[in-house]
Amino acid sequence: MSIKLEDLVRGDLAPVFVNVGVRDFGESMRDAGYEVVFVDWSPPAGGDPRLAALLDDLL
Amino acid sequence: MLVAQRTASEPGIRDASAVMATDANRKALAAIGYGDAGRDQDFAAAGPNDLVLAIEGEAAAVDSVIARADSYFARGSGPVAGVDAAPEPRSIAQALAARPDCNVAVISVPGEHAAREARAALSAGLHVFIFSSNVSVEDERALKTAARERGLVVMGPDCGTAYLGGAGIGFANAVRRGPIGIVAASGTGMQEFASLVHRAGSGISSGIGTGSRDLTDAIGGLSTMAGLDALEADPSTKVIALVSKPAGIATTVALAKRLSRCAKPVIPCLLGAESGDADALRPVFSIDEAVCAALRAAGANEPGFLQFDEHRMRERAASEIERMHPRQRYVRGLFAGGTLCYQAQAIFRRSGLTVYSNSPLHGMRELPDPRVSQNSAFVDLGAETFVQGRPHPMIDATERRTRFGHEGSDPSVAVILLDFILGAIASTDPVGDLLDRIREIRDAARASGRHLCVAASVCGTDDDRQSLQRQVRALEDAGVLVFASSAQAAIFCREAALLLARRGQVA
Amino acid sequence: MTLKERIGAANQEALRRIVAANPVLVDVAPAAEVIPGMRERLILHSGPPVSWERMCGAQRGAAIGMCLFEGWAKDALEAERMLAAGAVALEPNHHHQTVGPMAGTITSNMWVWVVENKAFGNRAFCRQVEALQQFGDYSQNALSLLEKWRDVWGPALRAAVRKMGGVPLKPLVARALQMGDEMHNRVVASSSLFANAVGPVLVDCGRPKEQVVDTLYYVGNHPFLFLGLSMAAAKSAMDPVRDIEASTVVTAMARNGTEFGIQVSGLGTEWFTAPSPRVEGLFLPGWKDEDAGRDMGDSAITECVGWGGFVIGGAPGILTFTGGTAAQALAFSRDMYAISVGKSPDYLVPALDFQGAPVGIDIRKVVQTNIVPVIDTAIAHKEPGHSIIGGGIVRPPVECFARALARFGEKYRE
Repeated sequence: MSIKLEDLVRGDLAPVFVNVGVRDFGESMRDAGYEVVFVDWSPPAGGDPRLAALLDDLL
Repeated sequence: MLVAQRTASEPGIRDASAVMATDANRKALAAIGYGDAGRDQDFAAAGPNDLVLAIEGEAAAVDSVIARADSYFARGSGPVAGVDAAPEPRSIAQALAARPDCNVAVISVPGEHAAREARAALSAGLHVFIFSSNVSVEDERALKTAARERGLVVMGPDCGTAYLGGAGIGFANAVRRGPIGIVAASGTGMQEFASLVHRAGSGISSGIGTGSRDLTDAIGGLSTMAGLDALEADPSTKVIALVSKPAGIATTVALAKRLSRCAKPVIPCLLGAESGDADALRPVFSIDEAVCAALRAAGANEPGFLQFDEHRMRERAASEIERMHPRQRYVRGLFAGGTLCYQAQAIFRRSGLTVYSNSPLHGMRELPDPRVSQNSAFVDLGAETFVQGRPHPMIDATERRTRFGHEGSDPSVAVILLDFILGAIASTDPVGDLLDRIREIRDAARASGRHLCVAASVCGTDDDRQSLQRQVRALEDAGVLVFASSAQAAIFCREAALLLARRGQVA
Repeated sequence: MTLKERIGAANQEALRRIVAANPVLVDVAPAAEVIPGMRERLILHSGPPVSWERMCGAQRGAAIGMCLFEGWAKDALEAERMLAAGAVALEPNHHHQTVGPMAGTITSNMWVWVVENKAFGNRAFCRQVEALQQFGDYSQNALSLLEKWRDVWGPALRAAVRKMGGVPLKPLVARALQMGDEMHNRVVASSSLFANAVGPVLVDCGRPKEQVVDTLYYVGNHPFLFLGLSMAAAKSAMDPVRDIEASTVVTAMARNGTEFGIQVSGLGTEWFTAPSPRVEGLFLPGWKDEDAGRDMGDSAITECVGWGGFVIGGAPGILTFTGGTAAQALAFSRDMYAISVGKSPDYLVPALDFQGAPVGIDIRKVVQTNIVPVIDTAIAHKEPGHSIIGGGIVRPPVECFARALARFGEKYRE
């Protein structure tokens, strides 16, 4: 069950972040005291765009 | 074998084995050269239940290992055999498996992969913040439609800043909580608005970023509407400011309808809108005006620092120009904030002035080469062409230092306009990053008989780690003219440009 | 049905078949008697097809050993000449419903475990597991173990197994997993359980006392005994999963020390190969990384059914063999869930909160996540004539999965 934007806006419910990509974003939120899960992201199919496109059709 | 490997990796040790003293192992040890270890009485007496550590190496190293033999058997010596330490989750799905209570995904992967990650996040029930740009219109529409169906919001793509109930996301400034909500297309527009509100003594409830294309007819304002809904429903929000570029025709109509039934006052600021464009929305012209209108609607006082006397501006500009060489006639703006570049162009256009830009407003001219200015020009250094594979100018000043050097050594340049953005993720000293260059170039100009005027604004607050006060003072100490807001700095430059034009040269 | 849906349904069917498998050890017999297509002057070997010219040192040593064992050559030199001349055929075990550990060489007179998957009626075969010949050692010492299997242990176990009417392996595996086995390189518990099960029957199966005692000693003191059985069980579970239209499930992972190869359900018997990787591991006294051969053996069939590296998080004891920390082992297991079709309802792993082991490797997920299966394995020397030199963790080359996925796209996408 996902949280409504309203609840996050009101500030009663603390956001819990998933950082996907550049670490600076996640780190700044973590430094501000928020919970952040860092995803060690790498491009799908090892960066091969042909395979990534194929995967979009298959998976 | 683990103990053997730990021992063998010590400097000065050539070989190491740790085995039980069975007959077979004794034979194996003898075969690899430990044959005369039979003279060792303890070894001779060792049986199949005894562990033997057999080491060969330099005497000092061997002695050292023997003295610390127990330590090699200790647990938890960390990773061995090239195996990585326990890794972080590799996908949103894995992250959720570890923390099912995640509720917001912050995505800054390369553009061609951003939509896929956003889709995964939405499917998992997360709200999404997408910093990445170069997401296709089709993908953006599909994502925002899917988000709406699930009661989620997509903040972006190409969104730099957001505030969710006090939590700043991305390039956010330290601003207090308060009654003013923001829905903004992109980062620096929200940053400037929020910082000015804070400096005026008020605060921000939440700021929903929508990405730069949200109000185009292709997208239809899906995230803007979601943001308005949430802020309208939020008890702490008394007034909502909408800071964006002009909306598409159909979206303008829809937006006007939505605003008319909004329970709270909405102040639209559509930078670059031309008169007649969006009359139904009755937008204000600049971010500063939006701040003043919002403060009024929230029952707060208009701050002194946002008021200025146009006549005094003109006098100031005149006194700068008096000191200049007759050849100096152009204004060059070097912006880290795209929205601020846009606003500055709007300010110039309103007074009938034309500038070149790499992101030209309607009616302005496109720079043939973004790296080379001509006439008066406002350059958005955060645009794709500059940041492809390089850090953003808010973080790294290398590109701007170089460009400042070019502009400042150009004898036809009269005024250089700069913006400095403080806050999270930005450089720890944006002014310091550029200051020595500014001094150097101005000194060189003075030596060749030119007075180079540098005008600037700083977007941020005293609570930002860079400290607004300190940054402003450093600029002033270096002879830079600092204005209270980006709009005011642009207005000063406009006055200068008008005077320079009147001096008989073409601006 | 969209292609995605077809693949999803096909993979669910594959998972259903793997989970439904009911492997039973029904016999122990000479290869010539039971392995389909077995014939004279044929050596079956582990991994995808490979010629003598390209064969690695350890597998060549094992092949030489087979020529000597069968009496085709009187010494190693003659054996080598025969093999180089093409006088002996070389074919993958997998082409004959068979698997073999390390070099995996099998010839007519090698006795093999015979496992029948009662759920589908198919059989699979695996040779014994030992520490010498299968690593490339062709000395008389090494060959004598094969002779003992042929003359003493094999026939005794045959009698016992037949007398028992077969030994169901699923219950043994389930209990062993709870006891910290992972069914690939840590099979101490399952080996003990098996020894317990056959022990009393061996005594009573009508063989001479000396043979019975010798065999009891053998099964009771062989920490890798059950590997042959888990490999045959896994093979018998995976063969019915072959040829499911549109399935992206891996039906075999096998290495011959030269190449690593995979086969995929929806892509028939085509092998997708890449150079065999190095094993990251620990070495026995006197051996170093430079001595090591590349990854070898059909034993990765255990990972296909969700054992071995897929449950390593539940078998921390393996880490003293392969290196690594318990946290890393758990992380490996977590990564395996990310590339699997589903979970086993039967094999629950205590250290993973009694979650079902991840089952069914999906090549789409491997390519998408760039996570390749984790395999834990022994290490052979790169030259012929040696026995086991170490153990460790190996990751297949992602190219195998990428190539298979590309072929899948060619075959199934409009």
